Amino acid sequence: MAKKLLLKNDHVHGIQSYEIYRQHNGYCSVEKALKSMTADAVVEEVKKSGLRGRGGAGFPTGMKWSFLAKPNGVPRYLVCNADESEPGTFKDRYLMERIPHLLIEGMITASYALGANTSYIYIRGEYFYVARILERAIAEAYANGWLGKNILGTGYDLDLYVQVGAGAYICGEETALLESLEGKRGNPRIKPPFPAVAGLYGCPTVVNNVETIAAVVPIVNDGGDAYAQIGIGKSTGTKLISASGHINKPGVYEIELGLPVEEFIYSENYCGGIRNNKKLKAVVAGGSSVPILPENLILKTANGDPRLMSYESLADGGFATGTMLGSGGFIVMDEDTSIVKNLYTFSRFYHHESCGQCSPCREGTGWMEKILHKILDGHGTLKDIDLLWDIQSKIEGKTICPLGEAAAWPVAAAIRHFRSEFEDYVKNPNAIKDVKHYYRLNNLQTA
Amino acid sequence: MNTEVKFSEESLQLVQNMIKRYPAGKQKSALIPILHVAQAEFDGWLSPQTMEYVASLLNILPVEVYEVASFYSMFNLKPVGKCVLEVCRTSSCWLTGAEDIVRHIEKKLNIKNGQTTSDGMFTLKTVECLGSCGTAPMLQCGAKYHENLTLEKIDQLLDQLQLEGNRKSYTDQII
Ligand SMILES: Cc1cc2nc3c(=O)[nH]c(=O)nc-3n(C[C@H](O)[C@H](O)[C@H](O)COP(=O)(O)O)c2cc1C
Ligand code: SF4
Ligand code: FES
Repeated sequence: MAKKLLLKNDHVHGIQSYEIYRQHNGYCSVEKALKSMTADAVVEEVKKSGLRGRGGAGFPTGMKWSFLAKPNGVPRYLVCNADESEPGTFKDRYLMERIPHLLIEGMITASYALGANTSYIYIRGEYFYVARILERAIAEAYANGWLGKNILGTGYDLDLYVQVGAGAYICGEETALLESLEGKRGNPRIKPPFPAVAGLYGCPTVVNNVETIAAVVPIVNDGGDAYAQIGIGKSTGTKLISASGHINKPGVYEIELGLPVEEFIYSENYCGGIRNNKKLKAVVAGGSSVPILPENLILKTANGDPRLMSYESLADGGFATGTMLGSGGFIVMDEDTSIVKNLYTFSRFYHHESCGQCSPCREGTGWMEKILHKILDGHGTLKDIDLLWDIQSKIEGKTICPLGEAAAWPVAAAIRHFRSEFEDYVKNPNAIKDVKHYYRLNNLQTA
Repeated sequence: MNTEVKFSEESLQLVQNMIKRYPAGKQKSALIPILHVAQAEFDGWLSPQTMEYVASLLNILPVEVYEVASFYSMFNLKPVGKCVLEVCRTSSCWLTGAEDIVRHIEKKLNIKNGQTTSDGMFTLKTVECLGSCGTAPMLQCGAKYHENLTLEKIDQLLDQLQLEGNRKSYTDQII
């Protein structure tokens, strides 16, 4: 059976409550870290574990922590990124809702390692009810002496707060998140300076994803080496995957990194195959921003090796034939899916979410959405497909934050792998009517 | 109708506690949380008067409140119905039938996306991914997520909301 570190107790009755969580070894990492380890020793274990950021970029967490500036007399902050708005991603919500104390425990241990005395969990506004669950867990942690002054008599003080956002994908970008936490519009900042030097209120700050912080708990409990034994190569540990789309068993699965993609899609332990006995057409493997891959390339790399759920294997072949693990938002599409229409929902999303600071992103996302709309409406031309390609190619590397390229990559990949489908749309507008008709007939009746 | 905008004692207490969470001089951080409280208390939207009031509580300019309120999609700058039906229309929801959900609600309530029913009960609004893709299609109304929707479930939900008849806010206690 697969190794579970974060979700091993998610089905225990009452695990949301402090008492039951504590009975299942809850808060042991805090005890161990505060009573028997120096802050640097905790950072060292995280480095050894090989843990990589689970928010999307996969940056080594231990290294990020060691970059944190420590000027005397200046507060340092840990901010948890619970903005989770990348389409296809819902793992953080599941974790916070099911096992809120795991995140709180991770926040305390990680704050200790970084020397932060005030930490925030920034959660997307739509998850308001989840924020309440976290607040209740935090109140329990205060009541039992895990937060507040002089925790466990060690002299370490920590206050932890939940901050709700108000609907803006861009606030998941770490510097936009910090702006939002300061009570401003979520406009990303120009880097450098990086948050490790000048973050929240201009002070050194670490921003980490919910799942990253939760993973600190088993790393401290069992040691970084034990964590590094799990997984494959530089993809150590386990990863939460949000599986959705045309599969029999959508949901959040904790996998050991290195699991074959084919097993993930077809095994009864995971997605359980494509629903209604249809065939697999394509997968977006790591949230809306990563390149879509057709069936043959998601199951096997261009060299014919089995594709694995790991940072390296999913990226094998670069963008020509590969993709990225990203946030682990795994969207599966069956043989009847219109790739063009799916792409349109992504492009509309990015246009809606662009903060508007950079022209290539602000104008490019709107332009791409419009062209896709035109193609879907049966008024597209072959030139429009080239124009789409041209626009997407002029965004990457020319913007303040990566939202610009996140909007460009899905367009590039859809044209790269499914160009003929775009051509069908422009050459044969009547086919579009069938597509629309198809969705009207099939949707919901099967639900 | 009461034109003076002022929080209830209870909300004022809540807001004052929120302001205390941040280091000295950084009280503006409380702006977004306070706007949520304000929207819930003052009929589900942020009028210019409400924004001026919030500005006065934080000792900032009204325009600082407006520029924030207008950035975030959860803040309504125009009046809305008591129940705002926010239907997700992004990929996973679209793949599993979000378009039919929207069409069904439009037909049933006789409004278009973005409009409010004449009795002021419902507003229909399409939104982007709400982090519920595994239980798609879905919609949010107030604090609550309604997941794995079918047309029958929508019918039941609308009937139930109509019967309850009260305003639904993000800040509602639902569990
Ligand atoms: C447009 C955009 C949206 C993002 N959204 C999220 C998000 O919702 N959650 C998240 O953890 N990281 C998100 N990120 C990544 C963060 O900027 C940051 O890298 C991450 O929180 C770092 O944490 P990690 O190292 O633990 O992954 C986003 C980045 C961009 C550019
Ligand atoms: S790339 Fe887009 S979202 Fe990012 S800062 Fe520029 S305009 Fe804003
Ligand atoms: S796509 Fe609808 S909730 Fe994610």
